[in-house]
Amino acid sequence: MPVAIDVKNLTKRFGTTVAVDHISFSVQEGEIFGFLGPNGAGKTTTTRMLTGVIPPDSGTAIITGHDIRHEPVLAKQGFGVVPETSNAYTDLTAWQNLMLMGDLYGLPRAKAEERASDLLGTLGLLDRKDQKVQAYSKGMKQRLILVMALLHEPGLLFLDEPTSGLDVQSTQMILSLLRDLNMAGTTIFLTTHNMEEANRLCHRVGIIRSGKMVAIDAPEKLKAAIGRVHKIEVSFDREIPGDAIVTLPGIQSANRTGDKWQITADNRDVAIRSLVTFSRQHEATIVTLNTLAPSLDDAFLLLTQETSP
Amino acid sequence: MNPTGFSEQVRRAWAIAKKDVRIYYFKGPVLIFGIFMPVFLFLAFLMGSRQLPLGFLVSGLVGMALFFTATAVSPAIFPWEGQAKTLERLASCPVRVETIIFGDMIASTLFGIGITIVTVVFGLALGLPMLHILPLLAGILLAACCFSAIGMLLAVPPTNVPSNIMMLSSLIKFPLVFISGIFIPLQQMPPWGLALAVCSPLTYFTDIVRYSFMGANYFPVVVDIAVLGIFTMVFTAGTMWLHKRTMPKRM
Repeated sequence: MPVAIDVKNLTKRFGTTVAVDHISFSVQEGEIFGFLGPNGAGKTTTTRMLTGVIPPDSGTAIITGHDIRHEPVLAKQGFGVVPETSNAYTDLTAWQNLMLMGDLYGLPRAKAEERASDLLGTLGLLDRKDQKVQAYSKGMKQRLILVMALLHEPGLLFLDEPTSGLDVQSTQMILSLLRDLNMAGTTIFLTTHNMEEANRLCHRVGIIRSGKMVAIDAPEKLKAAIGRVHKIEVSFDREIPGDAIVTLPGIQSANRTGDKWQITADNRDVAIRSLVTFSRQHEATIVTLNTLAPSLDDAFLLLTQETSP
Repeated sequence: MNPTGFSEQVRRAWAIAKKDVRIYYFKGPVLIFGIFMPVFLFLAFLMGSRQLPLGFLVSGLVGMALFFTATAVSPAIFPWEGQAKTLERLASCPVRVETIIFGDMIASTLFGIGITIVTVVFGLALGLPMLHILPLLAGILLAACCFSAIGMLLAVPPTNVPSNIMMLSSLIKFPLVFISGIFIPLQQMPPWGLALAVCSPLTYFTDIVRYSFMGANYFPVVVDIAVLGIFTMVFTAGTMWLHKRTMPKRM
């Protein structure tokens, strides 16, 4: 399958700080790639380098077949960008913003108007198209930015936290459109903090920590890879000594959350047997006992811990 | 369509210029520094310097109007856009840095020309004759381009705080007005004043305006136009080169 994004040894320094440290990865055409990492890990810096906003210090980024450093105009012609913060011109109307985008991407006026009307209609903004953007809500601004990014029908879309801080309606509208776009063949590079969103949308995710890529794989494979640590949730009908639970065979740690105990265990079978024996010894009844599959959150937390490799 | 082609990039620069005109025309600093400032300076000298002929003062007004209007918009656009993050939007679009600069320069040039024509009409309405219209039109066009490039040069420091740039802009623009023969005829300047005056492009434009209104000029008109052309090319190339270097620091 052709490659939409091919990154090799991309590096960016700010003074003595290495914000992005020789990262390499590729994104296939038609893929939804999630780019995850804690705050300050280098996600936005990477996205800005890939979209040609800031130049890398070293390394290469080939975007839709064009080197972003040496052929920036050709590379940028092939993708759309949805930044975290809305950056439409607030003194212009939505329609004027879209016509400006049409002109900047070289679209004929008739085509730009047709696309703008269709997309504004899809995202529920058509009846507000002649209103200045400064009067828009955050959700409306974010939807407008998405329309601006899609106007020229790009084959690749960069999104940085597209649903951050939005209401449920706007979030669902955007996610639904992203799914439809991907079904139609658009490659999506999604930077997000929202693990649930990444888990549901992305074919693969890359996790960056302190400027370095620490994992790239499908969400389910990442979860399976950390499956060696099991989680058990248990509650009793009476107070039991927490210190004693940690010492039971097969149990690594026990944390109380509300009326339940969150237990991590290296051997699920041994841990459950220990808990049953423990409840009998303390004449406590087990009210609930659930075994929890590892989530993408767990994988993320494990992979982004400073002590892990 | 070849997005990297010259004509396509010029089309995109025009789109940026239209956007600038729509958004920045009526911002406070543009009105204050572009229109009110030259008018009040003109009135002050009109009332205070009764021995200077009206043609001399109106020529100064035309020179100031073009200089202040063409440099009023351009220095502040980058800081405004950097602050609003719209510069990042432009930087991720398929346009070169030079195209963004050129678009901003087109807007300033057109704005400068528009306001300057009003002052020329004002001079004619006061009874001044139009002796040489072609050199005047050529001078206005060249000087508007030149002053727009100066405006963009003032925006080179990569700050996103407009007041910083406006302060720097005032520090450079006002002394330039006083050394350019606007209020003191070049003939009456001391040698050191004249040495400073020849370094200012405004000197040559004001000289062309005086030639057009009064038939009196200090340098030959061909020299005025040639020097303005050289200044325009040097400032335009310089601003594009410098902005290319500083643009990433604004992001």
